[in-house]
Amino acid sequence: MTRKSRRLWLVVACMIGLGSAAALTLSAFSSNIVFFMAPSQVQAKPPPADRTIRLGGMVVAGSVRRETVKDSPVAIFDVTDGQAAVTVRYEGILPDLFREGQSVVAVGTVNRDGTFRASEVLAKHDETYMPKEVAEELRRSGKWDPRFGKAPDAASWNTMTASDAAKKTATQTPDGN
Amino acid sequence: MPPRTDGSTLNVTQSLTARTGNLFHRYANPGRFLRMGARLQPWLTWPALVLSIIGITWGLFFSPADWQQGDSVRIMYVHVPTAWLASSGYMGIAICSVLSLVWRHPLADLAAVEIGPVGAAITAVCLATGSLWGKPMWGTWWVWDARLTSVLVLFFLYLGHIALIRAFDEPQRGYRAAAILGLAGAIDLPIIKFSVQWWNTLHQPDSITVTGAPTMSTSMLWPLGLTTLGFTLGFGAIVLARLRAAVMESRMRTILAANRGRQSAPQHNSTP
Repeated sequence: MTRKSRRLWLVVACMIGLGSAAALTLSAFSSNIVFFMAPSQVQAKPPPADRTIRLGGMVVAGSVRRETVKDSPVAIFDVTDGQAAVTVRYEGILPDLFREGQSVVAVGTVNRDGTFRASEVLAKHDETYMPKEVAEELRRSGKWDPRFGKAPDAASWNTMTASDAAKKTATQTPDGN
Repeated sequence: MPPRTDGSTLNVTQSLTARTGNLFHRYANPGRFLRMGARLQPWLTWPALVLSIIGITWGLFFSPADWQQGDSVRIMYVHVPTAWLASSGYMGIAICSVLSLVWRHPLADLAAVEIGPVGAAITAVCLATGSLWGKPMWGTWWVWDARLTSVLVLFFLYLGHIALIRAFDEPQRGYRAAAILGLAGAIDLPIIKFSVQWWNTLHQPDSITVTGAPTMSTSMLWPLGLTTLGFTLGFGAIVLARLRAAVMESRMRTILAANRGRQSAPQHNSTP
């Protein structure tokens, strides 16, 4: 074996060793790396009342109530992962992306009665990027309601964007000139 | 019989390392590299500038606003290309590290030196734009979720590599140490890539994947593709320019050292 191929195998062996060490470490700490807990996990194993956790899930459509207590806005809403729902009470200003059907992460503690008192609410948006006009069109035609889940496949509305854009430029050109 | 098979596998690895070694070392000749680099440079620089300018203008002014993120989505046209290059740049360092450790390739050492600061800068831009994007959308500048943390670790790996490769008086020792760090750090790359799938994160999963159709409007995909291509060529152009300068510098040093030696030699002869 030449020195070069010996060094090559040494590097390969080291990388395999290091890689499996990293994989084992990460899978061992997997529960700590998870950024938030789902409502079903919280209900199955409620954490102690003094422990701050992050609760993640979708805001249930129609569950949002807004109140004003001593001049500060209070929002009460349900967060679900499809299997269980937890009622969240948050005092403060919600992020702009907050809406029914949106994924959110609430930071706070679980009360004794099973409700969640949030000190911070973060909005989590999904990986779908869609022009405003298309979203409105999908809503109007009843193909998609953002309050009840994810947007349909991009392939189903991409042509719509193109035809919309074509229509727009067609109408805009006479105006522009 | 067994020794023969053993010998043949040995021959395979030997011929593999020898053949690839020859291939790499053909480009280790500094003169050849400088000639090729000079020819390649304009083909990277100019397309990079043109594509980046078109992509950025398209993305910032002509692409549609997102239905839920509004105009904030335009940060994507800078954030995604820098994120891609942050990982790719480190991949470049990892490849240079293998070439350095196994084949002792001199050009790979210089390339690793030159990629480091460019990669670190682009990772800093990625983190900064991500933070600027996170505040209006998520409602926070920073969270310790798996994606964000693993990219921050990548930034520190870059800084460590930059420091280590310059830390020794004898450059060869710095190259060895930094190559080991470069390879070990490459473990972070799959973690960055798959963090959004393996764990719950605040960061959304990838919109563009190898297996599935993109979950992004084509009207946004086009400018994003252009900026990504433009930034990538630009990254290559900057690294190539730095590498050419480094090769010229090392050549200059050798010439100067040789001249100094020649000048001092006659004085030595005349002293006795």
